[in-house]
Amino acid sequence: MRTTRLLLLALLLPALVANADEASWDLGANVEMQSRFFTQDARWPGQESQAGQISLAATVELRWRNADDDQRASIIPYLRWDAEDEERSLLDLREAYWAWEAESFELLVGANTVFWGVTESVHLVDVLNQTDAVADIDGEDKLGQPMVNLAMQRDWGLLNFYVMPYFRERTFAGTDGRFRTPLPVDTDRPQYESSAKEKHVDLALRYSHYVGDVDIGLSLFSGTSREPRLLPDADGTALLPYYDQINQFGVDLQYTRDAWLWKLESIVRDGYDDTFIAAVGGFEYTLYQVGESTADVGLLLEYQYDGRGEFEPLTIADNDVFAGARLALNDTQDTAVLAGVGYDVDTNEMFVNVEAERRLGEDYVLELRARAFSGARQDNPTYTLSRDDYLQLQLSRYF
Amino acid sequence: MKFKTVTSIGLLVAFALMLSQTGEANTAEQKGFDIAARSDRTDIGFGESEVELQMILRNAAGQESRRELRISTLEKPDESVGDKSLVLFDTPRDIEGTALLSHAKILDPDDQWLYLPALKRVKRISSSNKSGPFVGSEFAFEDFTAIELNKFDYQYIGTDACGELQCDVLERLPRYENSGYTKQVAWVDQVHFQIRKVEFYDRRGDLLKVLDLKDYRQYDNGVWRPHLMSMSNVQTNKQTDLIYSDYNFEAKLGEDDFVKGRLSRLR
Repeated sequence: MRTTRLLLLALLLPALVANADEASWDLGANVEMQSRFFTQDARWPGQESQAGQISLAATVELRWRNADDDQRASIIPYLRWDAEDEERSLLDLREAYWAWEAESFELLVGANTVFWGVTESVHLVDVLNQTDAVADIDGEDKLGQPMVNLAMQRDWGLLNFYVMPYFRERTFAGTDGRFRTPLPVDTDRPQYESSAKEKHVDLALRYSHYVGDVDIGLSLFSGTSREPRLLPDADGTALLPYYDQINQFGVDLQYTRDAWLWKLESIVRDGYDDTFIAAVGGFEYTLYQVGESTADVGLLLEYQYDGRGEFEPLTIADNDVFAGARLALNDTQDTAVLAGVGYDVDTNEMFVNVEAERRLGEDYVLELRARAFSGARQDNPTYTLSRDDYLQLQLSRYF
Repeated sequence: MKFKTVTSIGLLVAFALMLSQTGEANTAEQKGFDIAARSDRTDIGFGESEVELQMILRNAAGQESRRELRISTLEKPDESVGDKSLVLFDTPRDIEGTALLSHAKILDPDDQWLYLPALKRVKRISSSNKSGPFVGSEFAFEDFTAIELNKFDYQYIGTDACGELQCDVLERLPRYENSGYTKQVAWVDQVHFQIRKVEFYDRRGDLLKVLDLKDYRQYDNGVWRPHLMSMSNVQTNKQTDLIYSDYNFEAKLGEDDFVKGRLSRLR
């Protein structure tokens, strides 16, 4: 298993450098228990046993810093076990790196997770890390990406260079898992445009800075697309993921004024078949201390456009409006609720999402999620998920 | 983070004292400003600091919850520019690694970035939420950042005993937008010129909170710091204590430690 190799490498790195006298170590962990209840019977053959879905996940975070404070290392293994769908069980290294800092630059070697961008409903610009798509359909969960990263901080901004020698495949639900296509995706037979396959060396460059109220990011990526096309195999029993070579230029902007955050992300991608533009933009406006309480209410509105052709990887955010509200009670338990609706202007498909969370005591966090799809006809992209409405409860214990 | 203070009285302070005593500028406004300025200037030249603190939140029923955080500060000696600060949370564990970077301004809104470790995301946030609670505590954002001299107009009220010391009492009227307060009343001692107590009055003009600053210690560089700050909300009977460890003034921090690109590399 390739993760084992990464794990070994990661375990060795701090050992090599851990000879300092007063190095600092920090160990943390959390365990999550998650239950999903589906409100409808599954649509596709093979999913019959799945009226509910139970999974357990554990994360360990080990961090190290040397006495001189110019080197640091991190190992964050993540293990997930799903009771029904073995394709959802996973061992990953979210982080496993060593980094050395000098003056105004930092060199980082190993696996890491990096986020680029500003918007809430779609993350167009954020392309370095593969999505752990089977973890959650919101695409916010990521797999650790092996890289060499050189960061340079100057008066005029932050420059990051990335060399990524190894590709991580996207996760997909297995035959007995929910949230899948009619034909399951066979992740054991990935296809690549590059003859180097997963060993193609990807490159990326990012500049980020701010001027007054405006934060700006510019990014370039050249390498294996994290989004695969899904094509039927020869005997028509499965879909195979095809990972193309792409070049992508991205820009992200945020203008922050009073209680308004105005956001824009846009990309130009030279994809499999054509070169296209995609963009997402909108605002987040916060009403502070509503009704003389300590609670804040944030209002979100974003428009999503994607001009990709029909042969590119499928997206549902092509001509959609996302509207949402975020309630933060600002209490000692950090109680927060986010509710949102995505609406496809062309097809009238709707996606409803509610997320709520609250800390219990000092060490536990309870999360509730409810998600529903509606309005999809048979030829619409969310049709395959249209019986996967669900309610999810998650309890996490932090150590 | 500017409930700070110091030791040495410069020429300027002596001059200000002289003025107030001779009555040349002896209006209540001028006297209030002079006392505030003398207090603020005891803090000049600390350069940079690092401190760990424990925040204890107590509700009206006496139930406690705790947070541990670290605060780094970079002084901007120019009184027309605010300091830069970085707050990093160690507990509760679920928000460990969350960080808030602030570039304080005097009358303009501060520049603030929040780091969310679960998503590894740096987010520029609005700083117009000055009066909102800071991480569920009785401290508002403005209580942490607003004690820059020129953020207020002043009014001298009189003198009052404060513990074993004698204090000058002054009103502070916020000049910046979005303050949750109509006024604050501050007690400044007449020996070390440190702030000992502050009363906060809400938008209706009613007393909202009382801050006690205790356990002042003087460091080798002459700077004074309180090591216990208790904020009591008299309307809700909730209370937040901040218990500070020893300050480190030798941290060799620079501008590069207070940039947004730093936020994802703090741990």
